[in-house]
Amino acid sequence: MRFQAKVQVWLRPGIADPQGHTVSEAINALGYSGVSGVRMGKVISFAVEADSKEIANEKVSEIASSLLSNPVLEDVIVEISED
Amino acid sequence: MIAETVGIVVFPGSNCEYDVASVLGNLGVQTQFIWHGQADLGGVSGIVLPGGFAHGDYLRPGAIARFSPVMSSVAEFAKSGRSVLGICNGFQVLTEAGLLPGALQKNSMLKFLCKEVELEVVSTRSAATSLSQSGQILRLPVNHFEGNYTCHIDTLNELEANDQVVLRYIENPNGSMNSIAGVSSKEGNVVGMMPHPERACDDLLGSVDGLQIFKSFLANL
Repeated sequence: MRFQAKVQVWLRPGIADPQGHTVSEAINALGYSGVSGVRMGKVISFAVEADSKEIANEKVSEIASSLLSNPVLEDVIVEISED
Repeated sequence: MIAETVGIVVFPGSNCEYDVASVLGNLGVQTQFIWHGQADLGGVSGIVLPGGFAHGDYLRPGAIARFSPVMSSVAEFAKSGRSVLGICNGFQVLTEAGLLPGALQKNSMLKFLCKEVELEVVSTRSAATSLSQSGQILRLPVNHFEGNYTCHIDTLNELEANDQVVLRYIENPNGSMNSIAGVSSKEGNVVGMMPHPERACDDLLGSVDGLQIFKSFLANL
């Protein structure tokens, strides 16, 4: 079966996020008020062949933790959906 | 005397390999470039991972480089107790590969840093500082955006307790925990540092303090 994988990579709380900080300042500079907590993350999507959703999830989680993120700095959220 | 050869690992995007080769050549040592795609280290006595932007720093600095075929050989080489020095991007690759603890995150001041800094030699147990004195000040340039040394608090305590902090910034330029600019493995044979000693080995460049790092490294081959 073919599944769609979506991996979100977020900087862990306490890790500097200069891009998010800069975007936040730009939003404020445009005059929007009440906007806070701007954070920048990454989304990586791909298709994956697996016998079941569980197996696909296992495979993608492994890729997410070994290559797509660095556990010292980042958290990942893995989502699997049927293609 | 058997001529020693130092291997310099070259990734697509490395850009300090010739600087390192030039310095080591001036110190009378043979060097050999090792392309990242080859696993054979060719019998070298020490390994340098130079600065640059391996694989374009895509995903994260060092994230893709750590899976290059050469890295499993570098890991075995390190495990055998021989000397491995990672400079700047090379340091980032060594942390990603798990050969050194911690990680390098973006500088806290939102700035790419390119300047000379003062560093204190902390540990003299490492392969890159064994000829230095503890407390000695070195002037070396830094040139990075992701040089903010970060690790778990338990790791930090271990690093300090085990004498694995190699260099500390006198004035912390990037937010690094405990002003750490370089660390070593527990055994001291694997060393990573953000400053570029190869850019401070000639009077013309304003400092020759980098020579000490390479002389120590060569003394530990």
